[in-house]
Amino acid sequence: MAEMSDFLVDEGVPDPLEMPEMKRGAMEGLAPFVAKPEHQAPLGFPGALVDDWQEKAIDKMGELLGKYRSLQVYLDSCVKCGACTDKCHYFLGTGDPKNMPVARQDLLRSVYRRYFTFAGKYFPKLVGARDLTKDVLDEWYSYFHQCSQCRRCSVYCPYGIDTAEVSMAAREIMDTVGQGQKYCNEIIGKVYKIGNNLGLPKKAIESTLEGLEEELEEETGLKIRMPIDEPGCEVLLVTPSADLFAEPHIQGLMGYAKVFHEAGVSWTLSSYASEAANFGMFIGSYENMREVSLRIRKAAEDLGVKRIVFGECGHAWRVAYSFLNTLAGPFDFLDPRYPAPQHICEFTYDLMQAGRLRFDKSKNDQYRLTFHDSCNVARASRMGDMPGGQFEIPRAILRATCNHYFDMAPETIKESTFCCGGGGGLLTDDLMDIRIKGAQPRMRALQQVREDHGVTHMAAICAICKAQFTKVMPKYGFDMDAILSVHQMVANAIVMTGSIQEREIKEKSEPAAAEGQAA
Amino acid sequence: MLTGLFAGLFYLATAVLLGGLAYRIRLYWKTPAPLKIPTTPAPTTEAGAALRLAREVVLFESLFKANKWIWLFGWVFHFALLLVLIRHLRYFVNPVPELLVMAQQFGIYAGFAMVAGLAGLWARRILVPRIRYISAPSDHLMLALLVGIGLSGLTMKFIDHTDIVAVKAFFIGLMTFKWQPLPADPVLLVHLTLVAALMIIFPFSKLLHGVGLFFSPTRNQADNPREKRHLAPWAAKLEAGGGSK
Ligand code: HEM
Ligand code: HEM
Ligand code: SF4
Ligand code: SF4
Repeated sequence: MAEMSDFLVDEGVPDPLEMPEMKRGAMEGLAPFVAKPEHQAPLGFPGALVDDWQEKAIDKMGELLGKYRSLQVYLDSCVKCGACTDKCHYFLGTGDPKNMPVARQDLLRSVYRRYFTFAGKYFPKLVGARDLTKDVLDEWYSYFHQCSQCRRCSVYCPYGIDTAEVSMAAREIMDTVGQGQKYCNEIIGKVYKIGNNLGLPKKAIESTLEGLEEELEEETGLKIRMPIDEPGCEVLLVTPSADLFAEPHIQGLMGYAKVFHEAGVSWTLSSYASEAANFGMFIGSYENMREVSLRIRKAAEDLGVKRIVFGECGHAWRVAYSFLNTLAGPFDFLDPRYPAPQHICEFTYDLMQAGRLRFDKSKNDQYRLTFHDSCNVARASRMGDMPGGQFEIPRAILRATCNHYFDMAPETIKESTFCCGGGGGLLTDDLMDIRIKGAQPRMRALQQVREDHGVTHMAAICAICKAQFTKVMPKYGFDMDAILSVHQMVANAIVMTGSIQEREIKEKSEPAAAEGQAA
Repeated sequence: MLTGLFAGLFYLATAVLLGGLAYRIRLYWKTPAPLKIPTTPAPTTEAGAALRLAREVVLFESLFKANKWIWLFGWVFHFALLLVLIRHLRYFVNPVPELLVMAQQFGIYAGFAMVAGLAGLWARRILVPRIRYISAPSDHLMLALLVGIGLSGLTMKFIDHTDIVAVKAFFIGLMTFKWQPLPADPVLLVHLTLVAALMIIFPFSKLLHGVGLFFSPTRNQADNPREKRHLAPWAAKLEAGGGSK
């Protein structure tokens, strides 16, 4: 099924970190569709580029400089040391120098210098300052939509300069003057109107859940429930709507349901907050990010739950873990014995630690597995009590559920992980070119473990990663279903109390035990 | 005449440096960081975050992860610079404390190390296409300025000596407003002119990185958002204004 493509190399696997030849202007033309007035309006942005956009943009930049220390400090502090120049997957995949993190920042920094600094006002040439022209705006639109806000550059910068912060500011400025991105803004509108990114109405979700409940009963012999809008449950599960819709996401959702059932913890989805994703972050809009977050708070209050658990989604977990308390807190109405919110991996891991989950690893013997650290989980959040829990907890779950687990090269995982290529609001067909090219370092690291350890599949805990890999893996010689959900592995291996699987295991071991007694 | 000119120059340079830095620090201090954005894995306590910052300042930890050559040249340059500056304190304090006298011998060759480090950084800026691409004229000029200061200083130290007792008298005089004559050695005048230029440029340039690092939210924040609610004043206002239902 995998189509051969020019990205496939026959002899040996090239180094994921290999430096590309510099190709100026390689990605110059690429830009996503511009938002239409109907996509802009629900978010409070003007429908099209306003007449005095230049003045408005500079004003907005000034406002953001006053609101975000990160922006002010990062625009001032870069020394052009070059340490970040080879860290971005989009540069490694395209060779376009404007995809080097510092060069991407400079697109905005040059304008900042021109209008906000002494040197830029009086000696623009000397310090590389430039006027904000339509060409510059278009360049922003192109290259700030070639940044997945993955923060890999910020790990390596001696001052922690985070290009994601700069991209977010740039996108917010563009939204404010009427040049928004269709993909993100249309989706945020859907959340406001329907409750989730995919625009799935409650009816559709209910029928999906019913179907899944039947499937689960058939498989396990147990009545495993998947409720929505059920008041009085212990847990509100907030999960990306992709979990209700597409493979391999949906197998992950079934895994969550099995774990909740086995733990005896009642849970529910909410139709009002039927989305974990929060694209308000991608467009750098505090207000919109807050608006989406408040839906979750409201759902939790209305349903009277005691805990909030998030499903597998990378940027959603960043917003949940790092920002939710700020945006929609304090969560003092929840059970204080648990962190608010919790990640489903934390939930499962705690049960494992307490010895309350049993796994039959052999059920996953058809997989030789590796794990893709999603950027927002890796570099912008945590799981558990210890720094780095976000790396160890998912791996612990995979090792407990699967016999054959292998990590990819150390310089491509954990805090150094490479983005899937589709994060940060880039998961749209109009950006397919950069998505495929940006996936190259990750794909090469995967090709390496395939070569070295015969790895066949990769698990992830992010809806965007999963959707992106499904699309781009075939370009690199993998099957589109070589990407799995972490809780899919859990779902396969878990031996639930009273289930058909449990009986099978007993039957297998009992004759042996009987023989033992006879002897 | 010469003395007056340089006295004026150094008063100006000092005022610009201190005033400019105070302005910037105040600006960074007053600008809120509305969200928790430490680059993770990050320390979970404030003390841990302070230690992380200290490692960045002393060891250039992130840079070490990123690129060993830039780290080597950059680290050598900065620590040599530190030694050189410590050595220079003897022009400004009287009597010179014991500790500073002891530090003198370490400082002597630091001048060479500083220039060598700068040369390495400059070579990369010219030879590595990626870094050449991101360099503006000001980035080269900054290196030229520092190399100029270093070379003129080394010239005085090893080739064309100046009367350092008189230099000290001049600067002590500046500080106590009892002006003393400045020796008219050309190399000294070059050295001092470049130094004054550096001081004036400092608060308007990328040299702010030394200050910026301490205010960088990805490095100075503790990773504890679930435990402790973080709210910027403007965000609190937004909340109070009931921006949402
Ligand atoms: C807390 C104090 C400081 C810290 C932590 C610091 C750290 C750094 C780091 C990590 C770099 C990047 C690596 C490199 O190119 O060397 C750098 C670059 C630089 N620093 Fe500093 N620095 C500090 C103070 C200073 C001061 C006081 C000066 C000048 C008088 C200075 C001048 C420079 C210059 C010129 C560069 C750019 C070198 C190049 O062009 O590649 N720094 N600094
Ligand atoms: C007002 C400030 C300064 C004064 C009065 C001053 C004066 C001098 C003098 C008189 C010497 C010759 C030392 C000797 O012959 O033993 C010297 C050397 C030197 N200066 Fe400066 N200087 C100043 C600032 C600086 C700064 C800011 C730098 C670095 C950025 C610097 C770098 C050097 C170096 C590298 C040497 C040679 C090595 C050494 O003697 O330490 N100077 N300076
Ligand atoms: S945040 Fe990620 S995508 Fe954006 S410039 Fe940095 S490394 Fe590249
Ligand atoms: S690593 Fe940081 S300081 Fe160095 S060039 Fe990149 S953004 Fe600038």
